[in-house]
Order: sequence, then C-alpha cells, then structure tokens
Amino acid sequence: MSVSIDRLSKRFGGFTALEDVSLEISGGELVALLGPSGSGKTTLLRIIAGLESADGGTVRYQDEDVTDRPVRERNVGFVFQHYALFRHMTVFENVAFGLRVRRRPAAEIDRRVNELLELIQLASLGHRYPSQLSGGQRQRVALARALAAEPRLLLLDEPFGALDAKVRQELRSWLRRLHEEIHVTSIFVTHDQDEAFEVADRVVVMNKGRIEQVGTPQEVFDHPATPFVMDFLGNVNVFQGRVESGRAHVGGLSVDYPDHDSGDSRPATGYVRPHELDVVREPGEGTNIEATVVRVHAVGAVVRVLLEDPRGEVLLVDLGRERAGELGLVAGETVWVAPRRVRVFVHDFQI
Amino acid sequence: MSSAPAPRPLPARPARPKADGGARIAREDPAPVRWALTAAALLVIGVLIVVPVANVFWQAFRGGLAAYGRAIFGDADTLAAIRLTLTVAPIAVAVNTVFGLAAAWAIARFRFPGRTFLTSLIDLPFSVSPVVAGLSMMMLFGMQGYLGPWLRAHGWKIVFATPGIVIATAFVTLPFVARELIPTMEALGDEEEIAAVSLGASGWQTFRRVTLPNVKWGLLYGLILCNARAMGEFGAVYVVSGRITGQTDTIPLRVEKLFQEYRTAESFAVASLLTLLALVTLVLKVFLEERRRRELAEAARLDTEGEVAP
Repeated sequence: MSVSIDRLSKRFGGFTALEDVSLEISGGELVALLGPSGSGKTTLLRIIAGLESADGGTVRYQDEDVTDRPVRERNVGFVFQHYALFRHMTVFENVAFGLRVRRRPAAEIDRRVNELLELIQLASLGHRYPSQLSGGQRQRVALARALAAEPRLLLLDEPFGALDAKVRQELRSWLRRLHEEIHVTSIFVTHDQDEAFEVADRVVVMNKGRIEQVGTPQEVFDHPATPFVMDFLGNVNVFQGRVESGRAHVGGLSVDYPDHDSGDSRPATGYVRPHELDVVREPGEGTNIEATVVRVHAVGAVVRVLLEDPRGEVLLVDLGRERAGELGLVAGETVWVAPRRVRVFVHDFQI
Repeated sequence: MSSAPAPRPLPARPARPKADGGARIAREDPAPVRWALTAAALLVIGVLIVVPVANVFWQAFRGGLAAYGRAIFGDADTLAAIRLTLTVAPIAVAVNTVFGLAAAWAIARFRFPGRTFLTSLIDLPFSVSPVVAGLSMMMLFGMQGYLGPWLRAHGWKIVFATPGIVIATAFVTLPFVARELIPTMEALGDEEEIAAVSLGASGWQTFRRVTLPNVKWGLLYGLILCNARAMGEFGAVYVVSGRITGQTDTIPLRVEKLFQEYRTAESFAVASLLTLLALVTLVLKVFLEERRRRELAEAARLDTEGEVAP
C-alpha cells in the first residue's frame, strides 16, 4: 500500500515539530526517516500511524484519506521504541492480541501466531513472559505482534535504539531480510545514518521539522542536497569563503563554480569528506593546502590523519592503509593536502 | 538510549566488619539499649493490641459455644444488623472501585487544571472526622437540610435509611482504592495502552485486557482495606442512620447498642465478628502487599532497563 503525505504541519506549544512536510511512499518500500533528535521524524511517524493528530495537511493510504481516522481503525502495525509488550501476557498472547481483539477464530489465531513465532525464530519461547526475554528477543516479539493482524503498513520508532551494538547489527540485517520476505510497506525512524543506509530502500533526511532530502542511500550520500545533509552524514571538512565570476574561493581552495558567473561576490561554504582528501609531499598542480601533521592513527581499515593549516584550521583526512604506509607520515612535518572533490553551497545551490 | 550489558552485576557493597575482630559498626547500639527498646515495643503492642483482641474472643465465648450461637443467630435485630452491613459494604466498595479506577486513570494519564487539587481532595475523608462527615450528610439530605424537603417530596428517603448509610460509608472509604491505584498506574505509564489501541483494541478491551491485569494486585489490596473500613465504619453511620433497631443498625452500631443495654456477652459475640474480619483482612493484606510490591517494582523496572540475560 502506498502512503501520500501532503503538507503536514504540527506544533507543540511554541515548538514547530513539522512544517509543510510532503512525502510519497510507494507500496512495498522500506523507508527510513533519518534526523537528529527534535527534527520531527518521530512526530511524522506518529501522525502517519494516527497516534498523533496533525494541525494541518493530509495523510492518505493508497487513495483513502485517513487524516481523521483513529489509530485503531487504520490497521497499521506500530513497533514502539521500548517495545511496550504486555508484561502480564506470554509471548504467544502478546502476538495473538491483535487477532483476539478482532475476534478471529481460535484455530486461525493458533496457526497465525505459530507462523509468526517461527518467522521471528522464537517458536520455542511462546510460553515465556516479556521479562524473561533478552532485549533483542523482545524487539522481535514486538515486531511479530505488530505484524499479526496483517497490517497495511508497518511503522517502527527507533526499533533498535535500546539494544547494544552487536544485537543491533544482527537485527538490522534480519529486518532487511524479513522485509524482502513479507514486503509490507514499512517506515522506520532512526538517528543513526549507518542504520538508515544499511536497511532502507530510500532515506528521508529531516531537520527542524522539514525534509532536507529524499533519495536512495547512495544518492543522499554522494549528492547531498543541502549543507545540513552534508554535515549530518559523517565527518566533513568545512571551508568558508565566497563565490564570484564562476570561481569559488573557500579556505585555501579555488574551484570552478559555473552556476554563479556574475561579478558580485557571495558567501559560500565548501565541504570535503575526509576520504576525498589526499596528502602529498610536493605542492602539485591545482589547489593544494599547506598543512602540518598533528596526529596519525589507524581506525579500522583507514588511517586517520589530523592536520592544521597555517590559519589554525583543523583538517581531517582518511587515507587507505596502503597509501598511509607509502607516505609514512610523522607528526610535525609539513605536507600538502589535495582535495579530489569539493562541494560548494551558496544558499541552496550546489555544484 | 539505555543499553546495559547482561547480566548486570550487583552494585558493590562495602564489606561489613567481622564481629570477631571487635570492630563494631558505629550505628549499632549496645545490647541493653536494644533489649530495652524491643521490650518496650512489645509491651505496647501487647497492652494495646494483643490483650484487647484476645479479650474480645474470651468475652465472646465465655458463656460457651451455644450462648455464642444464640447471641448471633437467635436475635432478629442482630441478624438485621448483619444483613444491613453485608448490603451496605459491597455497594460502598463497588462505588469506590468505580470511582477509584476513574480517578486514578484521570490523575495518572492526564495533565489537567485542578489535577493536584483533585489528588489532595481524594485524601480528605482520611483527615476529616467521620462524625463531621455524617453531620454534613445530614445538612445535605436531612429534613432540615438543603435537599431533604425536595427528596421527601419525590418519595426519596436518604437519611435514617439504607441509602444514607451507603453514602456515608462510601464517603469515609473513598480514598482506599484510588490511593492504591495512582502510584501503580503512574509507574506503568500509558505505552502498553497505546500499543493495545494501535493493535485495534477498543477502549473497553484495552481496559479489561491490559490496564486491569496490570493493576490487579493493587486494586485487590485497595478493595480489602476499603471493605474492612466499610464494615467497621461507626461515626458517620451513627449520625445518618438514626439508629433504628432492626432497621438502620449496622454491626458496629449493634455492638454499641448491646453494650449500652448491659448485654455484654452478646455485645462481644457480635464484636468478635468484626474482629475476625480484621484478622482475615490482615492475612490477606500481608499476602497482597507482597504481590503489589512486585507489581509496582515490575512496572518501574521495564521502563528503565535495556537488556536481561537471554
């Protein structure tokens, strides 16, 4: 089932949680709402579910306007951040709840619940209570419970937020596989970009109640639409400067900026990711920045080099292991930093 | 985000000095002081509680089992009093259960103007003398009161009748259920209820399948205390009942009346019923307290923890 969100807005007192948010989600998609806390992602999810009401705008499921429908009539599966399992019910009864309140026949409930317990690999733990399960197991029960009544839409609020790193990793790939199996339209909220990129078909980056960018993980990472997205998705070196006459001068760098070829000078910011910078011993062609090596340390597969340019700005460079070995950098030596790629933003424009 | 490694170790506790080393903890008082305090406490409990309670049964059975049976079952007025108490108490408890659930739900789930005021108002019947409660009932429903003539004109009899006794009893026992439920429901939060609604449950289904089972021990605990107080209520009922023998006497009023009429043995026989009720309540209370404590702890725990051992 597809979901269309049209010009949603929501305020909490003086705080604007959502402002004029529109979004199209097609049937069977797995979409991540990604953003820092306070960006409105959870509010958006809760409005889509019907747990919260919007001040303005509409929510449609397929062709049906559900904006004013209460949550219990929407037939969505919602997975809560802290699971919200029924503590006095067994795992089996938790999963069966949505079917029991719909007064389905006992035989059907039995069959469906066992099927789901099989799916979440907890078939042998149906008689246990939530307090006797690990966090990861509880999360899977919450998911099975949400899926039991065959919802039109599956919504997950920070589904792995309360789990430790290893369990989270396992559950991510498990959720991805599960989605490939059952193909229900799914939306999940996260503040963790790795999680969004690994699990989702499309990522919706949100900031201050607005959508900054929508795209596949690849698109969002390679072509960030706004400075916020650039900044939010991992480490980045920032250079302040100006553009004029088709050139951008940011930090010590000078690059082409054909979108602004008039003579008036305007403020601009250049962004370069650490892995898009190389370190060289000689001031080569193009624009290189002279800098002093401050620290060199290996982080997993890359070697992270911290440098300082003559104006005191800190630069972060990620080198491959081999490249780092070739260079043999030591703290205190003077080198040149060469960008392979610079993104310049003037207001909302980008090269 | 809370994620703790499993299983969590107990917080380290400073080791207690061994007694053999003579290293005594400073706060441990010398033996004579401890003995004296313990003896004093036991003496007070003995004089004020054990002896009177034992005496009730001693006096009740002094004339033998046959006399005891006659005192209770052979007197039509006493039987009428027992019947009245068994009618009034369940109604008062039922009224307060409904009120307690509604009030606890409103206070624990919503923020509304007057919420703090309502919370403190619930406790009022605990602090006001039952006699005062009874008098205000008279002022409201009595013939000299505000509503009395109107009620009379419409054929309603409140004071000096069962409805007045029920109202007085319900007023005095009002806080019991609500006070037990508020902390439990506050600790539980509304997450499970929202989850139930999102799964398609109606308001009633959510209440019966999710809310009620989560608070059942607190509710039962409140019910037991409420019932004990309702059956034993004297002051407020004394004022509003009019003390019509065989009609508006409850068990406590009957006990007092028999005593005033120098029918001491019968008086104690009927009093033994109330004492027995107290002892049963005490046993249930101890049993329920433990369940309730676990329910509350569980409610507080699930919110904060991340992981437990698989």
